[in-house]
Amino acid sequence: MNHASHAHPLPFWRKYIFSMDHKVIGVQYAVTSLLFLFFGFGLISLLRWQLAFPSQPVPFIGQFFNDTQMVGGIMLPEFYNQLGAMHGTIMVFLGVVPLAVGGFGNYLVPLQVGAPDMAFPKLNMMSYWVYFIGGIVMLCSFFVPAGAAQSGWTSYPPLSDVAPLGQTVWLIGMVFLITSSLLGSVNFIVTIVQLRAQGLTFFKMPFFVWAQFVTSFLLLLAFPPLEAASVMQLMDRLAGTSFFLPSGLVVGGQPLAHTGGGNPLLWQHLFWFLAHPEVYVLILPALGIVAEIIANNTRKPIYGYKVMVFATIFLGFMSFVVWAHHMFLTNMGTSMSSFFQITTMIISIPSVVILTALILSLWGGSIRFNTPMLFAVAFLPMFGIGGLTGLPLGLTASDIHLHDTYYVIGHFHYVVAPGTIFALFAGIYFWFPKVTGRKLSEFLGKLHFWPSFIFINGIFMPMFILGLAGVSRRLYSPEYAHAQAVQPLNVFISYCAWGLGLAQIPFILNFVISLFAGKKVDSNPWESTTLEWQTTSPPPHENFEHEPVVLHGPYEYSVPGQKKDFLPQNMREN
Amino acid sequence: MSKYYGWGLPFNASANGAAIDRLIYGIHGIMFVLFIGWLTFLVYTLIRFRARPGHQAAYKVHHFKAPTYLEVSVALIEVLLLVGFSFPIMNHVKNQFPNEAGALKIHVVAEQFAWNIHYPGADGVFGKTRQDLMGSDNPVGLDPSDPHAADDIVTINQLHIPVNKPIIINLTSKDVIHSFFLPVMRVKQDAIPGDLIPLWMEANKTGDFEIACAQLCGLGHYRMRGFFSIHTQEDFDKWLKDNAPAPAAAPVAPAV
Ligand code: HEM
Ligand SMILES: [Cu+2]
Ligand SMILES: [Cu+2]
Repeated sequence: MNHASHAHPLPFWRKYIFSMDHKVIGVQYAVTSLLFLFFGFGLISLLRWQLAFPSQPVPFIGQFFNDTQMVGGIMLPEFYNQLGAMHGTIMVFLGVVPLAVGGFGNYLVPLQVGAPDMAFPKLNMMSYWVYFIGGIVMLCSFFVPAGAAQSGWTSYPPLSDVAPLGQTVWLIGMVFLITSSLLGSVNFIVTIVQLRAQGLTFFKMPFFVWAQFVTSFLLLLAFPPLEAASVMQLMDRLAGTSFFLPSGLVVGGQPLAHTGGGNPLLWQHLFWFLAHPEVYVLILPALGIVAEIIANNTRKPIYGYKVMVFATIFLGFMSFVVWAHHMFLTNMGTSMSSFFQITTMIISIPSVVILTALILSLWGGSIRFNTPMLFAVAFLPMFGIGGLTGLPLGLTASDIHLHDTYYVIGHFHYVVAPGTIFALFAGIYFWFPKVTGRKLSEFLGKLHFWPSFIFINGIFMPMFILGLAGVSRRLYSPEYAHAQAVQPLNVFISYCAWGLGLAQIPFILNFVISLFAGKKVDSNPWESTTLEWQTTSPPPHENFEHEPVVLHGPYEYSVPGQKKDFLPQNMREN
Repeated sequence: MSKYYGWGLPFNASANGAAIDRLIYGIHGIMFVLFIGWLTFLVYTLIRFRARPGHQAAYKVHHFKAPTYLEVSVALIEVLLLVGFSFPIMNHVKNQFPNEAGALKIHVVAEQFAWNIHYPGADGVFGKTRQDLMGSDNPVGLDPSDPHAADDIVTINQLHIPVNKPIIINLTSKDVIHSFFLPVMRVKQDAIPGDLIPLWMEANKTGDFEIACAQLCGLGHYRMRGFFSIHTQEDFDKWLKDNAPAPAAAPVAPAV
């Protein structure tokens, strides 16, 4: 491609800052999003103080906040709502998606398909920088008068339409983030369709590539409605339109000056039309990572590769027709709710298929329990809990009681935190040697895994009990009698959350120390079959010395009659 | 209060609640069995196939029959849950409204951060309400010139109903979306400005409980708490009489 770059080494800022190399961009994405993940976690850890010890001053750090946030160290409800809304937004749009797609996807997809780079390197660079600006805008929103967005990450109007300035900043940030994802998704689709190495048919692609492929379609098709909706909400706030405002609103005892005639439910439809597929954007790459790591560490092919691929595609399609199960309580008719209940039950089937295939993949293996594998294996049952608890929420009758309670928070966090986050950690431990040429310490890795595993269940398991008891989410203070009855659980959850924070110290240490002093390893330390391991670590510019020619499927482990127990995709049998 | 609330579902004071509770507990039973089954298999597999000297992974994938059966039975269970439970319950709750003649009708108007409860009073007819009349002394905007309005009762955060009598509530909101949640009645319904949403319920036990707001509605969401009392019919009639507006009083004073 760009052969001039071999002759003239690029200046530093072109090579590492405004780089067009997918590997550099992948690392930029990964580092930025990891920082956002820790920041988003910090927000919720602060929020958990108020839930555990309502209206007691936050020790020590309380003094650093201004008096629109805390008074005498006591958190104000406005600020509490900002913490909740921004935690959700940051975790989803600035943390998990950019790490799973921008980080892992960018780094690995071109390597795994044997391509020298993404199809559109400039677009790739642009999508990172648009994401970066979106992130800065979101962070800045804490400093505008009356603070950041406080209407939940779902931003339901009319509340969000009449909310303070922070909501406008939030919407502008969202427009950047959505645009970034759109640019990225186009790039992935073209790369996977056009740039596969010779011999790499679709059904020889690693499952991870399939997961990214389907994810990209979800991003491409689901984000535009939210982009439109965000612009409409901006207009409602700035230009005096009333897309989401019905006639006759009286806010704070005063009639609201607006034209009316809009419908608040329109926002919900547009939002969830994005946000349900978004859930699969959060989990498909995670499933992809787990599949790679399980195949590698069981030393055998994964179970039902093709079935998993078809299930993933089917899941992708179905994810566009379940959105209104988030809206069962908006008074939809029974025929509408029946339709969405049925589609919701149907979408659970491919999910069960994929999870079952991953579990059965362990059968007959020779299982190595290194750190990536521990995270990947722990993913399975916890993701399973997330999936199972979706069942009572998907049935309208049981959802009446559970909707908008902590049961929901428990359910989706089991999917995205003990689920996706664990898979992402697995991926970091697994591919770190490819990116740096050095391995993360196994000892610190296990010191990271075990406490994290215990604490994360300590956080989210009790939330189901809170939810069954009827405790609503987004409650600043447990004033209700039914919330008082289970308040000790909130204290327990908060301690576990802070414990989870501490449990990340070994990870951070490990990451930083190993970067400079980790054990040097050769290019294929896990003895893996897929293409990214068949080049140096880190791979050279344009990835491969010679363009690889693919001969085998992705998971040829323990092939009888071979000298070694793995047969790389581009290697002849001996 | 804690005799009503604890770990697990809240006290049930509703005729419709038992079916919902049965469904919730039933699903959790199924989930528990499935999960324990999975987990046992997972742990057993991890131990049996751990890497150790002399142990070799099998290249040929073992083909299981069980997953197909599992898949099919999960699908069948879901069909059963839908057709046997969720559809009929929802049909009952949403479509089979009690006869208006024998029911008590109430309007509930949510606002940041209170529940305005409007009873039609002795004549059984709601007085007209107008948005431009809404204010702190007239939260639902009752029109004093309407003769039907004279005997209407408007309370703030005080919902009183008789036991064993169907109640029809028309729910709306003045400002933002709230969610009208009566935990002990297994009732939860979003209150959406611009929409008038009907719901019905019937209590089968008396007691003093709460109204909660279940949808983030602003900084006071957590304290949008109302009182909810289920009385015997006699006590309820007495409450109505005690709170009926004095015959000549022109502006309707809300009872707090
Ligand atoms: C692992 C550590 C995490 C902890 C301890 C945590 C904790 C919480 C808690 C307690 C809430 C409820 C806040 C409230 O009731 O007001 C919440 C909300 C939320 N969380 Fe997390 N969370 C974590 C990770 C994540 C991740 C990884 C994601 C997304 C990928 C995420 C997405 C959300 C969203 C979308 C909400 C809803 C925010 C809203 O109410 O608008 N969280 N989280
Ligand atoms: Cu409310
Ligand atoms: Cu509320």
